[in-house]
Amino acid sequence: MATRISDYAARSRDAIRDQPQVRTAVTGATVAFDEKRRRAYGEVDADAWRRWAEAVKNHLLTHLDDYLAEAEARLEANGAQVHWARDADEAREIVLGLASRLSVRSVVKGKSMLTEEVELNPALERAGIEVIETDLGEYILQLLDEPPSHIVGPAIHKKLEQVQELFADRLGTDPGGDPDELARAARGVLRDAFINADMGITGGNFLVAETGTVALIENEGNIRLTTSLPRVHVALVGIEKLLPRMSDLAGFLQLTTRAATGQPIGCFVSLVQGPAAHPGDDGPEEVHVVLVDNGRTDVLLHENAWEALRCVRCGACLNICPVYRQTGGHAYGWVYSGPIGSVLDPGLLGLHEAMPLPFASSLCGACFDACPVRIPIPELLLAWREEAQQEGLTPWKERTALSALAAAATRPPLYRLAGKLGTRVGATRAARSLPMLRDWSRDRDPPRPSPRTFRDLWRKGIK
Amino acid sequence: MKVALFVTCLADHYFADAAVDAVRLLRHLGCEVTFPDAQTCCGQPAYNAGMSREAARMAHHTIDTFADCEAVVLPSGSCATMVKKFYPRIAADDRAVQAAALADKTFELGEFIVRRLGVTRLGDGLAGRRVAVHQGCHALRELRLEREPAVLLEGAGAEVVPWEAQDECCGFGGLFSVKMSAVSAAMADRKLDTLPRVDWVVSGDGGCMLHLDGRSGARGCGVEFVHLATALWRGVDGHPD
Repeated sequence: MATRISDYAARSRDAIRDQPQVRTAVTGATVAFDEKRRRAYGEVDADAWRRWAEAVKNHLLTHLDDYLAEAEARLEANGAQVHWARDADEAREIVLGLASRLSVRSVVKGKSMLTEEVELNPALERAGIEVIETDLGEYILQLLDEPPSHIVGPAIHKKLEQVQELFADRLGTDPGGDPDELARAARGVLRDAFINADMGITGGNFLVAETGTVALIENEGNIRLTTSLPRVHVALVGIEKLLPRMSDLAGFLQLTTRAATGQPIGCFVSLVQGPAAHPGDDGPEEVHVVLVDNGRTDVLLHENAWEALRCVRCGACLNICPVYRQTGGHAYGWVYSGPIGSVLDPGLLGLHEAMPLPFASSLCGACFDACPVRIPIPELLLAWREEAQQEGLTPWKERTALSALAAAATRPPLYRLAGKLGTRVGATRAARSLPMLRDWSRDRDPPRPSPRTFRDLWRKGIK
Repeated sequence: MKVALFVTCLADHYFADAAVDAVRLLRHLGCEVTFPDAQTCCGQPAYNAGMSREAARMAHHTIDTFADCEAVVLPSGSCATMVKKFYPRIAADDRAVQAAALADKTFELGEFIVRRLGVTRLGDGLAGRRVAVHQGCHALRELRLEREPAVLLEGAGAEVVPWEAQDECCGFGGLFSVKMSAVSAAMADRKLDTLPRVDWVVSGDGGCMLHLDGRSGARGCGVEFVHLATALWRGVDGHPD
């Protein structure tokens, strides 16, 4: 999988310096999202909901094999066809195979991070199939040939003026068109796409094992059309997206939107139970559910990472994250960004591929407070950091310096001497050219040591 | 009460006056203050970097150093959190009991005054001062000291001004500010850009202050940062400004 994670530090610096409008747009939008989440959490006993959701997901994940078998049986009983994709290659092959067998020439898509993860769109396009994203944010990004930068608001890094310019250029709208006008223009294009499409492809927010139901949350109605209008519906669902019972779904639908956008529930919730029962009935002729692993089983077996699989992709941790707010999602270099990306990507891609994301956090802990399924993100980040240190994936100077600190700190006289010297030397101009302090000093005035240490003042006596 | 001061690396070397003010404040509140000489670093830099074995060695040293103390007070929410919340996670099995005991008797300065001593009024020395409070993230979200600093500052007459980015991380994060310096500085900018007009920004965490002050200085913001210990000591009646 192609990622650009490794140069996170440089690209985050570039993003902040060269694209100030991204920082403004992302900070503004995420602060607003987070305020709505807080209000929505405040309306219910959010703490109890979150603990319940954590327990349901833990139960699911610790009995995943059973529930996957149950889901498959129920889906097939409903007339849906189930496919298993071990990895991204298999997921693409399955969809391409279906498209070929069913003579699909045009695809409409609902927003799906999993299809980004398995790089489905480029594969379909290479096969000569027209792919149209129908979520408004995704549609904007498709026109710009950019990946989404946020799990829920894919174009959150764009400002209205940029969309006005784009639509004026591509769809012929008025350059000062208001958001309603822009949405109307996009709808005109998308209506035709829905009517002409042979296949609708979506993700799945949840898959209820008990009933074989794929649940999809949205606000625009495009997913409803994607799942019902074309003659074939394909849902790609990560194996961790299961829920045991239909009664669990009621809670998760509400908790997810409260966390994501502060809504009590999505404007549209589509429950896909299978194809049309009889020819001529509403609904697609065929429904296919592709259950995708792509590293999830490895994550589940990893004692440090498995809790990240509780994630419902609400984006609440991105919205509250002060690190994410400065750069938006693209700086992170892969599909899943922000706090959840920094703990999930090492699991899905391998830690080596995901470095230095576990270090792209100040460990402020705000993400845990927002997370609807109580993923202990700061603890998971620390666990990944520990693994990175043990595997030698961090700079050796850093490891040596910290080992030296530990050695000194267990020998008080040495520690006192080293502390005094280090502080005094660190304050000199020459020290600012040391690699560790160079960046600090580029962005900040150097710290000023106290004239006398506290230890000296204590010895002299404090009045 | 007999209180051992755990001064912390940054307060020892960069905020020595604030640590002195913490001693005066504790004495003023009737505590006998001791300073165990063998104290060193709490180990947080290693712990946050993922070197928990090294951090555990430092934790064991600190556990031994403060074993016989009645209460331990730190002028740092972050280091207090290390002792209270993270030592029990990393201490070796044969130190678990001592780690838990130390966690129970360890307090951040403001936490100690409000929760352990039950004091919220120190004097009127801060009357007429407009202050903003920057809480370190560990103090805020691990120790849940959401109101304590403001209660004490208001109790000394200060006006605590609301701050849009009040609960947001300033971007220090120790090693984070070195490794991801640009993002860290942008986070400080968000704090500084939303700061209301105040006389002081008061914080109980030296790390945040070094970083915010350094960024403020580089940008020429002219904000005055005052450690919580110093602010509270100034709040005590009769203390000269």
